[in-house]
Amino acid sequence: MKECCEAEPYKLLLHLQLSPENPQPSTEMQTSNAVTHHTTNQPHHHSKQNGPHFRIAPKPAQAVGSAPPIIMSTSGLKKSYRKAQVTIPVLRDVDFSVSAGQITAIAGQSGSGKTTLLHLLATLDSPDQGEIHLHGKRIDNLPTQARDRLRNETLGMIFQFYHLLPELTTLENVLTPVMIGQSVMKYWKNWRVNLERAKTLLDLVGLSHRLEHKPRELSGGEMQRAAIARSLIRSPQLLLADEPTGNLDRQTGNEILDILRTLNEQENLTIVMVTHDLEIARQADRLVQLVEGRVEEAGTVAGSRQPDVVAKSE
Amino acid sequence: MYKLILSWRYLRTRYIALASIISVTLGVATMIVVNSVMAGFSHEMHQRLHGILSDLVIESMGLDGIYDHEILQAEVRDILGDELKGLTTVVHIPAMLSYKVRGEYVPHQINLIGVDAKTHAEVSDFSRFLLHPKNRQKLSFALHENGYDTHDVESGREVARRPQLKDAGWVYRRHRAVHERHQKQSQQTRQSESQNPALFENPERHETSSDTTADIPENPYLAASTTEESFFDPLKEQHAGVILGISIASVRHRSTQGQVEDYFLCLPGDDVNISFPTAGTPPDFGTGQFTVVDFYESKMNEYDSTFAFVPLHQLQKLRGMIDPATGLAAVTSIQIKLHEGTNLQAACERLRKRFPAREFPYRIRTWQEMQGPLLAAVRMETVILNLLLFMIIAVAGFGILATFFMIVVEKTRDIGILKSLGAPGRGVMSIFLSYGLSLGAVGSGVGMVLGLLFVHFINQIATGLEWVSGREVFDPTVYYFQEIPTIINPWTVSWIVAGAVAIAMTASVMPALRAAKLHPVEALRYE
Repeated sequence: MKECCEAEPYKLLLHLQLSPENPQPSTEMQTSNAVTHHTTNQPHHHSKQNGPHFRIAPKPAQAVGSAPPIIMSTSGLKKSYRKAQVTIPVLRDVDFSVSAGQITAIAGQSGSGKTTLLHLLATLDSPDQGEIHLHGKRIDNLPTQARDRLRNETLGMIFQFYHLLPELTTLENVLTPVMIGQSVMKYWKNWRVNLERAKTLLDLVGLSHRLEHKPRELSGGEMQRAAIARSLIRSPQLLLADEPTGNLDRQTGNEILDILRTLNEQENLTIVMVTHDLEIARQADRLVQLVEGRVEEAGTVAGSRQPDVVAKSE
Repeated sequence: MYKLILSWRYLRTRYIALASIISVTLGVATMIVVNSVMAGFSHEMHQRLHGILSDLVIESMGLDGIYDHEILQAEVRDILGDELKGLTTVVHIPAMLSYKVRGEYVPHQINLIGVDAKTHAEVSDFSRFLLHPKNRQKLSFALHENGYDTHDVESGREVARRPQLKDAGWVYRRHRAVHERHQKQSQQTRQSESQNPALFENPERHETSSDTTADIPENPYLAASTTEESFFDPLKEQHAGVILGISIASVRHRSTQGQVEDYFLCLPGDDVNISFPTAGTPPDFGTGQFTVVDFYESKMNEYDSTFAFVPLHQLQKLRGMIDPATGLAAVTSIQIKLHEGTNLQAACERLRKRFPAREFPYRIRTWQEMQGPLLAAVRMETVILNLLLFMIIAVAGFGILATFFMIVVEKTRDIGILKSLGAPGRGVMSIFLSYGLSLGAVGSGVGMVLGLLFVHFINQIATGLEWVSGREVFDPTVYYFQEIPTIINPWTVSWIVAGAVAIAMTASVMPALRAAKLHPVEALRYE
């Protein structure tokens, strides 16, 4: 993953944390990580080539012993579904945490509860028992409106099947979270800024030539890149990715992973990624392995980019 | 913002919604057309009914009439004060009219109305419906030389032709009188020949035979007619005038060229016999001869086929309604016209209070009460028709409901996506509600434009349909209107459009609620 990202020596992400609503980079991100933002002083070059234009700058090594702060944590998470008269437990006492600025992979076989766990983290569903905390605040018991706002403003999501709205163009799809989060008046007031930002994000994921295309006119990789741009438009603090490469071929999948890795490294974006592919999972900073709804193993991935980060076993 | 964009995109891309729009469009257009035509017919009917009838009528319950009507009139003037515009006295009785057609008497049951030519115009638009232009300006029971309308002037088009009326009047009467005289003379000659053939066979015996005529029994009819002729000359004189409802004297039909024509069985200038009950107890049987001086065409068949108007004084005289001692003449009703804007019902109540039915043999009614059943029937027809037509829009509403459920099912995953991006349930609901609103607005808007265009060009469309189908859509021989009358009431149109939009919105509520309540995880997993 590192090798493929050293190809282009110039391109950097632009102000991903500097949305119109969030003009300053997240303080938590800044303070919790010793990551240098190479954003403002770097030349911005709009490549004519399609595909991602990231240059992966090596992430500065974190000092030994200074573990990154926990951004999200779960404790005693339980979830089961009822089918007819039968209760099927999906998650059983899941305890794990997500460190800021890291890529955490949740791996496991089909039916192990990975996606259910991700849905709980995204507040799309509620656990039967247990708690989920974001920045130390409990989020699983928030009222519906607060959860909607959280999903819109703080969390970003990408899915295996991209989940773009077929009626909208690529640009409109990217702008959808902004439209949801802002009133009509505010949206039109900030229209130019919103548009510029969406275009910049689409340019960064290599889709500047596909702005007016509908999802059905895009390839799988392009759709996933559009979904990534959409997930970033509101400058989330945490990106939740559900099998982001699961529906793509190996090469396209790698391109998507490159984008995620770049976002993580250059923008210090915390990513939680669900995958069934252990090979992909091992490229993450931390691996949480689920077996039959339980965390079987959690810790730093051997040979990962951050070998010196000590993972706390749940 | 996303709600507006998505509902607009759904409107543009979901062609199944087009079916719902079309049904709303058709429902709205049909309702506008039907209501406009009904309003047109109803207005025409009201106008004509009101034109014939005065605002208030005080009727005598008996046929003898009211002798002290002048005192009654004075009291009415007092009670109504400034509200009173005009007042006239009338004798209104059932009667039998007959006229001769090809040697046979054709009888008609009629309402014989004795009107005062001077004051009747003050209380009704009676004169407006007459066929002679001079009578329309000033009512007269004198026969005119000629000049009767030879087509339906009121409709503004030469649709119903009346060629027989060209020479109607004195020209026709003289011609007929001469013809009848000749006929009578030749009949007399033939009769004399058959009674005294020898006289004609042998002219030499003529004088002798003339002497023998005294032996021949006298023909009483011949004698009578000879006597009458001695003091009434139809060439120069007329009887008291009568204005007949046009349908009493004519038959509407189509000529061989397909044109609508009125064929008259009797014309202005013809004499008719009218039999009626006389005043007194018990009523006797009276007969009078009248000369037709004009026709009355209100286009209300009930009136045109039964009303006959004669001079009031003549009828009073013939019926024996004039007291020989005092010279006072009775009337059967007093017709009252009030100023515009007066509360008819309140005025009627004031009169009823003054002349209660238990003390006075009068019946006091407004013109609406007199035509109550007819007006109620028209109102009922309108209500029922609207109810049935609204069902069309309700059916369209169910169409929208079904379509929306399908769309919600089809868009389940999109709903999940929106929710995963932070869209609240009410936001998702708004998408489908605004979609329903758009469907209703577009359907109603197009329906309104179509309906108004249809109403505007309804007669041209009827002509076009006649040309295509070869059958008459609006037959003037049936309706007595030359064109389909229409009135567009902006309030009615607004209600129809608002109702259709409301139905479309209501139909979208259930699917929208379902969409709002969808669990995001289930929606995302939906396949």
